[in-house]
This record gives sequence, structure tokens and C-alpha cells, in this order.
Amino acid sequence: MHILLRGREIDNIEQLEVYEEHGGFEGLKKSLAMSPSEVIDEMKASGLRGRGGAGFPTGVKWSFIPQHEPLKYVTVNADESETGTFKDREIMEKNPYQLIEGSLICSYAVQAKAIYIYLRGEFWDIGTQLDDCIEQLRQKGYVGENIMGSGYDCEVYTHLGAGAYICGEESALLNSLEGYLGQPRVRPPFPAQKGGGLYKEATVVNNVETLANCPFIMREGAEAFKAIGTEQSTGNKVYCVSGHVKKPGNYELPMGTTFRELLYDHAGGPLYDDRAFKAMLPSGGSGPIVPLSDEVLDTPMSYEHCANIGTIIGSASIIVMDESVDMTWVASKVTKFFKHESCGKCTPCREGTYWLDKVIDRILDGRGSPDDVQRIADVAENMAGTTLCALGDFAANPIIHTIKHFPDDFAQHVQAASAGGD
Amino acid sequence: MAIIGNPKYQDRIQHHLGKYETKRSAVMPLLYLAQEEYGWINQQGMEEVARILDMDPTQVKSIAGFYTMYSEKPKGKYWLQVCTDLPCALRGADEFHAWLKDELGVEEGGTTDDGMFTVEHVMCLAACDKAPMLQCNFHYVENLGQEKMRELLAQWRQEAAQLASG
Repeated sequence: MHILLRGREIDNIEQLEVYEEHGGFEGLKKSLAMSPSEVIDEMKASGLRGRGGAGFPTGVKWSFIPQHEPLKYVTVNADESETGTFKDREIMEKNPYQLIEGSLICSYAVQAKAIYIYLRGEFWDIGTQLDDCIEQLRQKGYVGENIMGSGYDCEVYTHLGAGAYICGEESALLNSLEGYLGQPRVRPPFPAQKGGGLYKEATVVNNVETLANCPFIMREGAEAFKAIGTEQSTGNKVYCVSGHVKKPGNYELPMGTTFRELLYDHAGGPLYDDRAFKAMLPSGGSGPIVPLSDEVLDTPMSYEHCANIGTIIGSASIIVMDESVDMTWVASKVTKFFKHESCGKCTPCREGTYWLDKVIDRILDGRGSPDDVQRIADVAENMAGTTLCALGDFAANPIIHTIKHFPDDFAQHVQAASAGGD
Repeated sequence: MAIIGNPKYQDRIQHHLGKYETKRSAVMPLLYLAQEEYGWINQQGMEEVARILDMDPTQVKSIAGFYTMYSEKPKGKYWLQVCTDLPCALRGADEFHAWLKDELGVEEGGTTDDGMFTVEHVMCLAACDKAPMLQCNFHYVENLGQEKMRELLAQWRQEAAQLASG
């Protein structure tokens, strides 16, 4: 059963009338009949955790917003830019009203004045589509003043970014929305606190997929949501599968489904029948890479189980690589991404990604020494945990974990060079 | 040419100014309008945006420079941004990108002599299951191969010729 990718089951659900016919805005209606704190309690009871990658409990996040503050905001993180992630795009293109309904449930729960949907700039066409949706909702009384006759007012706006991965980091997103460089802020204060959010007001920042779950939770109840998934990872997840599988794409399955079921039963197994799977990045370019061993394949995709195999489920952007792939090349590709996307604010990330890229290129070209492998590992270790946002750690991960799991892939490049000495 | 006083943009400028608590928040949408008018972010466009928002032109320039979708130099009529990030590269995007540059006779980031096409590679565009793919003037074109790409190039040339003659 699809909770999120309902466009696959219900034709034209991207049209308001069709969405309404299939339970659309019943979750919002129920919420508006409850007190804001009751809505937050329902969200806490559902166990829903943030789908942007961090997995923070959504209801708890909402409860951090101070009730007494007169001005509050909700920002929707639709900056989907993590390498290998393309789930929010399908949710917004094929089921846009569910995202907006979920955002309105959130805004009511924290009594926000306005919602800003921050889209990556490349989602230009989705921005136009959402603007049309918002206009239709305004005409039917779901957006604007006195929503559904409840006395609650809330505006919804879209904002297009312009090509910067860092704006998916919540404090950089807020800076970007305020017209400043999209660079992370020093915390505390956190976005949920007065002084830390949009225009210095308390602000909820939630991912598209997270909010798109809320209408189901409010309509069907927290218990129905909790019945899906595992104890600590409730509900469905949209898994984005890319790379060397026969059928790349989005698959919405309960949390706790095994990697094996996803990659073989749904994604069709290895792209080439004569090549075995070698490794995967289960959380896009930023999470730790893992070899695709039987143990890993049989691991349930949940927040708690992925920790046992030394990685994270994060945004569930599963990039699969077969045995033909050289992991030094993978480290180079991912490093080039982070070098390009480093915002330049923190020295370890700005300089570290630059040096990592240079030295990996040298290794790949056959000009590196065995010391170079240790050198990039050292640089990466020195980046981790030393920056204002997680991008520094993200950029360190692919180096640290490719070297840890696939030392031979690096050794093959430096062996010839080492004969000449360092 | 201008965005200030140009009837084409007035409604949109007012719409964006009305969305935010501060004028400065409208700098990104207004830069897109400047790019629409001039084809890239030139000095005049930045100065106009600064004037509308009571900002310093240097501040506007720093914003324009930070984001990759604001072009700091003129591009071809069709700005082709090929994703060569890891998931696309695993499915042939590097080879496709190299072939496309060859086919059009341009270097990375270069524009064809007739001013039609600019080709550059970009980071993940959230279309990993439809590789190889590119963005043409911010619209997605997916599941590409050489044959399909040749047809598209011909189609765009024809479209541009019709616009020029019409």
C-alpha cells in the first residue's frame, strides 16, 4: 500500500478534486478540530521520524516550538540535492496536495503564520505546479484566512533556490530564504528557538517526505501508522534505488524491509547478470559505503538496524555498484561533489575537500604513493566533526569508508608508483 | 532593456516582494527575472535588483556568484547541463557528456559558434533513475542516448530557426 507515492495507484491524484475524493484534507480537517498540542501528541505517538536523513522524531521537533511566541514559521525542505535522492520530486510531481496538506497540519500544530516551500532551483517546473496548487487551495478555502472555517490563518509560498546542495542544511536554507548566502549558522540558537529560525522567529524545518506522511497519520490515526515498520522506525519509506540494478527507481516499502528484498525483488537484481553486487551507498554520497555482503543484504532498512552494519539509512538513497566499479573512482566522484558543494565557510571543509580531490586524482592517475592513501585518510579524519554543519563529515565519509572496506582498490593505483619512491 | 519599469515583470516583482517579511528575501527570485531579461546576470541586472531591494550591488553580486544557476556569462540559447554525478555516471553519463561535447564541437562550459548550445556538467539533479539526463534551460530531459539526443538537437535548431524567422 502506498501512503506517499499514491500517484502510482490513483490516476490524476495530482488534481485537487481527485485528491479530495481519496481522503484529501480529511487529516487537516481532523487536526483543525483538535487543539494544536493534541496534534503534536498524535504525531509523537506515530513515531514518525524525519525523512530528510537525520531521523529526528517529528512530533518532538514540533513540540520544541514555543507556544507563546506570536510569530512562527514552517519551512519545507524541498531542496532534494543529496546524490542519488529523487523521492521528494516524485511526491511533489505526482501527489502535491498531500505535501501541502501535511505542511498545513504542521503549521496548525505549531500555530505558524506562513509556510515557505524551499525548492532546489532545478525544480523550476515543480515550483510552477505548486504555485498553481496553492492558488486553487486558496480559492477553496484551504489556504489563507480562516482555513476550512476554523479561524486559523496561514499563507503558503514557494521559494526557488539556485543550485546549492548546502541549502538542504536547515540553517543554510534559512539564510538563503532571507536573501543571504546559503551558509550554515552557528547554533544555538536552533531554528526551533526564538532567534534561530526564519527572520529570527521560531521555525520548523521538515523534509517533503516527512510532511507528506502527516495527512495519513491524522486521518487514520497514529496507531495505523505505527502498525507499519519496526518498533523504532515506523511507517513506510520511499527508497531511491540507482546505479547497477535492472530497475532503478523509487520504491515505497515499510521501514524494516531488507536490502535484499528491495534490491532483488523490486529493483530486479544486478544490472548485468554476469556481474555481482560489490557495494552500496545506502544514504547517498554522504553516508558510509558498505560492501554488499549477505549480512548487509539481510539487514532490515531501519534506523536501528543500519547502525549495526556501520552505516545509516538516512534519506534512503541507495546507490548500487557492481564488481566492475573501482572504489577509488567512487571516492573521487563523491569528493568532487562535496568540493563543488562546500560553501566555503569552514576551513576544514573548504580546504579539506580541495586537497582530497587533488590527491585522489593523483592516485587515480597512477602518480600517487602509498603514503597518499594514508594522507587522504588523515585529511578526512581531520575534517570530521570540525565544521559548523554536517557537510564536513559527509565529505569525510566516502574517503574513510572506501579505504576501510576496499583498501585493495586504492593499493592497485599506488603500487606501480611506489616503485619510484616518494 | 530593463526589468525596472518593464511591464513584463511588474506583477512578478510585486508578487515576490509580497511573499516575504523583508525585501532582501526577494533577491533570488528577482535575480531570475534579471537572468530572463538579459540572458545572464550582467552588471545592469544586478544594479536593478539592488535598487528594487535597497541593497548594495556588491551584496547582490555575492548572492549571484554563490549559486550555480545564475549565469555569470552569456550562455547559448539552449543551456545543456548534463548530470555526471555518481549514480548517472554508473549508467554511462560521463561517456554521454563527452560524446555530446564532441558532437557539438565544444569544450566543457563552451558554447557552439552559432550561439545555440552551451554544454556543461553538473552535480546530481535528482533524476538518477533516468540516466543519462540533462537539463535544458531548467527543464528536465531524461533517459537519453545518442540517437534521442541527435533528434533533440535537430528539433531545438528547428525551433530556434522558426523563432528567428517568425
